[in-house]
Amino acid sequence: MRTDDTSEPAAATITPYEDGPLLVRGDFALVTPDGERIDARRGTVALCRCGKSALKPFCDGTHKVVDFRAGTSREG
Amino acid sequence: MPEPADRRYGPAPLPQPRGPLSAAVTDALRRAPHDLPASLGADLDPADPLTDEDLQLTLFLCYELHYRGWRGVDEDWEWQPTLLGLRARAERPFEAALRRLVGSPRVPSAGVAAGLAELVAADDGPSLATTLQRHADLTQFREFVVHRSVYHLREADPHSWALPRLGGAAKAALVEIQTDEYGNGRLDRMHAELFRTTLGRLGLDTGYGAHLDAAPAVTLATNNVMSLFGLHRRLRGALLGHLAAFEMTSSLPNRRYGNGLRRLGFDEVATRFYDEHVEADAVHEQIAAHDMCGGLVRAEPALAPDVLFGAAAGLAVDRLFAAHLLDSWAAGRSSLRSPAPRSLSMPTTVLPSVAGGPLAGVA
Repeated sequence: MRTDDTSEPAAATITPYEDGPLLVRGDFALVTPDGERIDARRGTVALCRCGKSALKPFCDGTHKVVDFRAGTSREG
Repeated sequence: MPEPADRRYGPAPLPQPRGPLSAAVTDALRRAPHDLPASLGADLDPADPLTDEDLQLTLFLCYELHYRGWRGVDEDWEWQPTLLGLRARAERPFEAALRRLVGSPRVPSAGVAAGLAELVAADDGPSLATTLQRHADLTQFREFVVHRSVYHLREADPHSWALPRLGGAAKAALVEIQTDEYGNGRLDRMHAELFRTTLGRLGLDTGYGAHLDAAPAVTLATNNVMSLFGLHRRLRGALLGHLAAFEMTSSLPNRRYGNGLRRLGFDEVATRFYDEHVEADAVHEQIAAHDMCGGLVRAEPALAPDVLFGAAAGLAVDRLFAAHLLDSWAAGRSSLRSPAPRSLSMPTTVLPSVAGGPLAGVA
């Protein structure tokens, strides 16, 4: 993964992509508030950040249609 | 020469020729490797290389030797020097036509990922996806699937040519995408296999290359552009740009394709290929634009224009493809060369009840 600035890589990383979703990589589990597993179906997942996905919690590309804007690091 | 025991994955039988050049090539391929006449293809000057049936099939014949080969064709043809020479003569007008079509896309100061986003946002081609979602009948949907089968039965393969040509961040990103394309190494999750299931559900021949004779030049061109980029190291930037454009224009159309099939009464097994792509390509598009193309250009800044050329060329050829299908249907014609895609003999239970009418016209 792209965590070359740390000597001890985290087990999982979450990366905000510009104007797009959050990509989650590594050793993670997606669970419901009750602790039930949500099948991620792949090693790297994109979580919706614009709120408009029809596949939440996953991204389905709708952010492009709604002209979602967001940066890639901490805001404010 | 040895023939595989299992023919589902190729090699495909040689297609029917479409003109003097492809006839000369198919005739030659049926025999032991030998030198082709130097005059073959020397006077190539097609009016429109992208829709020239003879040129596009000739390119496809040459390129396929590097993928699965052709049934009954000696494998030594792959590196036969005079065949490679002919391929180079056929590639020149093809690449020139692609460059004429898209010009030199500008690399914005914000970087190559922003340039890709601009190209995709400006892609205002005819909406094949909307038509398939809302209006297409079963015959038309089957035609669409027949066209796409040329690529989807080897989905991801052309872009894998980039792997040994890359290092560092771009390579890691491409591997991350391709791993998913190939089902994380699980046969039943490989995208090509999901597509095979969809083909079967639609009652179509699922064999590798089964529908080549039905695919017109523009469909072959959508494939040949990937092979051109994939088989020339100098075009590695264009290859990655092509993949990025593919991924960035995939999630939303694939939802429409799946919804179109559901409207026609098909079940989740038939739509799984499209449903999978909605979610997968929403991941891939981020990786492709920012990590893969961005990573490549950070390592090799001079390749930024190539990345955007590859993306623009892929989008432009895909627009021609979409226009061909929509124009054919608007005129009441089949978009295929042969109006009858190869069907499997299939149990009637496979198809939903709505399928009886329109299917009768093509099966």
